[in-house]
Amino acid sequence: MSLDAPYIARAAKPGQFVQIRCNDSFEPLLRRPFSIHRVKGEGSRVKDIEILYEVVGKGTEILAGKKEGDFIDVLGPLGNGFILPRTTNHERRTTNSEPRAIIIAGGIGAAPLVYLAEELTKKKIKTIVLIGAKTKNLILCEKDFKKATPEVYISTDDGTYGSQGFVSKLFHKILKTTESKFETIVYVCGPHGMLKCIVDICQERKFECHASLEEKMACGIGVCLGCAVKTKSGIKLACKDGPVFNASELIW
Amino acid sequence: MMKVKIGKIKLKNPVMTASGTFGYAKEFEKLVNLKHIGAIITKTITLNPRQGNPMPRICEASAGMLNAIGLQNEGIDNFLKEKMPYLSKIGAPIIVSISGNNIDEFFILARRLDKIKSISGIELNISCPNINCEGLVAQDTKETYEVVKAVRKITDKTIITKLSPNVTDIVGIAKAAENAGSDAVSLVNTFLGMAIDIDTRKPKLGNITGGLSGPCIKPIALRMVYEASKNINIPVIGIGGIMNANDAIEFMIAGATAIQVGTANFIKPGVCGKIVKGIEAYLKKHKIEKIEDIIGNLKI
Repeated sequence: MSLDAPYIARAAKPGQFVQIRCNDSFEPLLRRPFSIHRVKGEGSRVKDIEILYEVVGKGTEILAGKKEGDFIDVLGPLGNGFILPRTTNHERRTTNSEPRAIIIAGGIGAAPLVYLAEELTKKKIKTIVLIGAKTKNLILCEKDFKKATPEVYISTDDGTYGSQGFVSKLFHKILKTTESKFETIVYVCGPHGMLKCIVDICQERKFECHASLEEKMACGIGVCLGCAVKTKSGIKLACKDGPVFNASELIW
Repeated sequence: MMKVKIGKIKLKNPVMTASGTFGYAKEFEKLVNLKHIGAIITKTITLNPRQGNPMPRICEASAGMLNAIGLQNEGIDNFLKEKMPYLSKIGAPIIVSISGNNIDEFFILARRLDKIKSISGIELNISCPNINCEGLVAQDTKETYEVVKAVRKITDKTIITKLSPNVTDIVGIAKAAENAGSDAVSLVNTFLGMAIDIDTRKPKLGNITGGLSGPCIKPIALRMVYEASKNINIPVIGIGGIMNANDAIEFMIAGATAIQVGTANFIKPGVCGKIVKGIEAYLKKHKIEKIEDIIGNLKI
């Protein structure tokens, strides 16, 4: 869904989200959080944002029934986005190796990652994308990712498309077959079990890993304390401190 | 036209923010003109920091929401150091909500807040349904009396006692607060409720039960405000599913001197300002000079 929201579009960073009021009634009552999927336009002509969603309940059902030209109430951009790799030698004091980003998307977890892939390649950072889903027709954004980078790999749990197995298996394979002269930074979004697998692999390999979490939210601005996340430095909020967290900080 | 008085606090309008739905105000600085709010009530502060309840902590209900946050907060020391300097500068009366595990904790908290000039009042949260103890203070007339009495001894600041709707006789509890010296009562806190995911058969809240708020509770809250205000002589502050100016006016006609906006802040962050404007428009439309003229002015 594309939204004409120039203020949000100009201020947005990959990984941030918006809170959408799906209709004006009390059913559903709360806003629904959606990652900013993409921002369209260049420079000062940036004006639209896109959201990518799956119809899972009342809120998304209502959104799916919207027509072109309808107005909706959108609050954002909210939260902290992805931290991009440091690209200059001055910034990267600790290492001389070049950065490379590996983006791993599980199912609808692709939503915030296309925008990230576009930003990374704009900054000329070598970017590899792994997309995983249960089955072929649930593989999302393949074309969009391929526009951003030639290195896109796919796996499905049932083997109907790409290599067979979980995307974590594909991740292992990619790590074996690609050069390791790079300083790898991993960006991941997807279901809880998959996140945990990817984060564990990153920890073994000592990769920096940033995970975008999905939590139930009410306010989206750090007030209701509903979207609490357990971290090594105490309880944090997905809406205000996240939704992207450094995975080494998270307690699973 | 819009002025009301709660204890010693003079409010420029009757619209207050409900505790726990407005953080420490800074979170809303870009979304609301904070100066225009009648009074700001902070998230509840406890003596020691509290981690809060296990996740998930919120879920949606029909025309409402359930929460079981569990009074997560950093404790009074951090509050005074980190939050109070900003609150002091806003220019709206600041009322600090406090909760204790026992009378002593309420007393110690009130004693510390009493010394701070920029705090206009204290709201006693004796009605949070999400803390792990047997029964609430606000479910027992004697305990309510004792907590209010202890706080009254230590401070001359305005005391507001926040009552629970999870009682059979709201009037009895309201009277206990009045008799112990409370300057006002605010009601209602959330209704105890729960929700279950039928596929997993798990409760939708980590705490199993939680507090129900939002438009779905408004008729019950309104009835309780009506009953309490008829039977006590201190101001009642109406709370419960207020989403717009019409809801606020209803509570005032039922007997509330002021109102608090809670869940609506999550959905429409600028709602408090809109409610103030809406009440003004209502007074003009009906040629009512002072808002006081509608308080408790129910035509039966």
